[in-house]
Amino acid sequence: MLWLTEPLHYEFMQRALLGCVLVGFTNGFLSAFIVLRRLALLADALSHSLLPGLAVGAIFFGLAPLGLFSGAVIAALLVGVGGQLVARTSRLKDETAIGALYTVSFALGVILLKYARVPVDLNHFLFGNILGISNTDLWIIYLVGFLASVCLVSQQRPLLLALFEPSVAMSVGVPVARLNYLLITLMILAMIASLQAVGVVLSIGLLVLPAATIYLLSDSYSLMMWGGGVLGAAGASIGLLLSYWTNIPSGPAIVLVLGAGFLAALICGPRYGVLARYLRPRHLHGESLARWEKKTRADAPLAPQSTGD
Amino acid sequence: MSSSHRLSIKDLTVSYQRVPALHHIDLELRCGKCVALLGPNGAGKTTFLKSLAGLLPFETGTVVFEGHEHTHARHHTHRHQEPSRRGGSERCIAYLPQRSVVDWDFPLTVRGLVEMGRFPALGNWGRFKREDRRIVQEALAATHLQDLADRQISALSGGQQQRAFLARAWAQHAHIYLLDEPFTGLDRNAQTHLGELLRRLSAEEGKLVIVSHHDLKTVPDLFDQVIFLNGELVAFGDVAEVFTPERIAETFSTHVFTG
Repeated sequence: MLWLTEPLHYEFMQRALLGCVLVGFTNGFLSAFIVLRRLALLADALSHSLLPGLAVGAIFFGLAPLGLFSGAVIAALLVGVGGQLVARTSRLKDETAIGALYTVSFALGVILLKYARVPVDLNHFLFGNILGISNTDLWIIYLVGFLASVCLVSQQRPLLLALFEPSVAMSVGVPVARLNYLLITLMILAMIASLQAVGVVLSIGLLVLPAATIYLLSDSYSLMMWGGGVLGAAGASIGLLLSYWTNIPSGPAIVLVLGAGFLAALICGPRYGVLARYLRPRHLHGESLARWEKKTRADAPLAPQSTGD
Repeated sequence: MSSSHRLSIKDLTVSYQRVPALHHIDLELRCGKCVALLGPNGAGKTTFLKSLAGLLPFETGTVVFEGHEHTHARHHTHRHQEPSRRGGSERCIAYLPQRSVVDWDFPLTVRGLVEMGRFPALGNWGRFKREDRRIVQEALAATHLQDLADRQISALSGGQQQRAFLARAWAQHAHIYLLDEPFTGLDRNAQTHLGELLRRLSAEEGKLVIVSHHDLKTVPDLFDQVIFLNGELVAFGDVAEVFTPERIAETFSTHVFTG
């Protein structure tokens, strides 16, 4: 059993584990809203567009976490707002506009990184490097997680109304547009906080997989929120430990663990799973099945094939 | 009439991108009535309901209910329109959208849906008390949904889905119920059932129920009053007086009034 506790003896592992729990919970908690509000594609685009911001941060401030953080926030805002502007002022729809902007900005980021003050490993930005997490990183993650939880829990009721049926929500006075901006802002912050763990390419996994998994298993909105948070934290921690034991990169390990949970729910989910759909009896209602059986039994002595009506 | 509450609509014009869809509607509706909203496609029925629900800005005019005025500044675009006043006046209106716009796979049970009706009254922090639970139970009982309360909302029939939304409005304790095509796609039993519920809401509970409707044959059975709409107000009054072949022909004639 020594191998189980061995990683916890190292200070860098303790720190990484704490980071994983915080990042996993924050992203998992938010993921319910990302899934229900169908923001996944926007999240993916915005996460890629963080790269030039990180690069500019690295050019001016080296690898100081706060410099990278501000660069990333500005880049996400530019692409998010820019996408809206292009969509409003041209005939393009916003997913096209954002798609165009984010690839351009991603490409720009890859090139800009060449000019960073210090030699940087592109892979760390793309796929994360949780073992290199600093105290400032931990503080940023902690603050973002705290902010997101407070906002989402306090706005839980209006958010539920707005997510389920925006027009009805507006008719009872819910500020739907403002809540939408709140969600996108929190999403960007959570994404940036998770960069150190999973990088720009994989961060969408932490933001979508936890709630998507629970969505396949349950019909409860609050379970999706809290369960998503717990699943995210658990998945990230297990992924980190797996990466330690098997010596694979931590970011992909985290996403693969969450992905395995998602696949299991997709296939084996008791109600909405693929297997359940095929194994379910043909008659959905037990009552109608019983009536049908009774009828066929009553008809059997006479002529089973001529059922008529 | 037991209730003297009135909904006064004066000179209401609603436009999409400056093109009016409703022209200068003047109406005075009284609580305790079940009102059909009739007119051809594109007559502005949904626009009318949405503007009463506070979802669309008014080009001109006012809507007054119990002294609360719903007026919307003209410069707002409807995408960013938020109701001008929060709290009181919105709570008294319950809007039920067409069934096709609802995401039925949402992780929500019937009880959860009805509980949402209490949110406007409770605000963000108000505790869900025994009284709220009682109101939810009452709404479920009134709509005969107690046995289905723990089902996910997609596991209901069309009629049950309509009733579930009505139960939410009921739990909201709204005074005005705006229903967009609730009878569409329901079989005769479900129609009768929903019709009885709307009757009970209006006649017994003294609410104002406005329903956009397509099936002219069922109008005399279901409603007290009719509004004929075709871009502008064609006619309004009790079914016995206004629901005549001439009026119907006039409303549904090929001449469509467009701005």
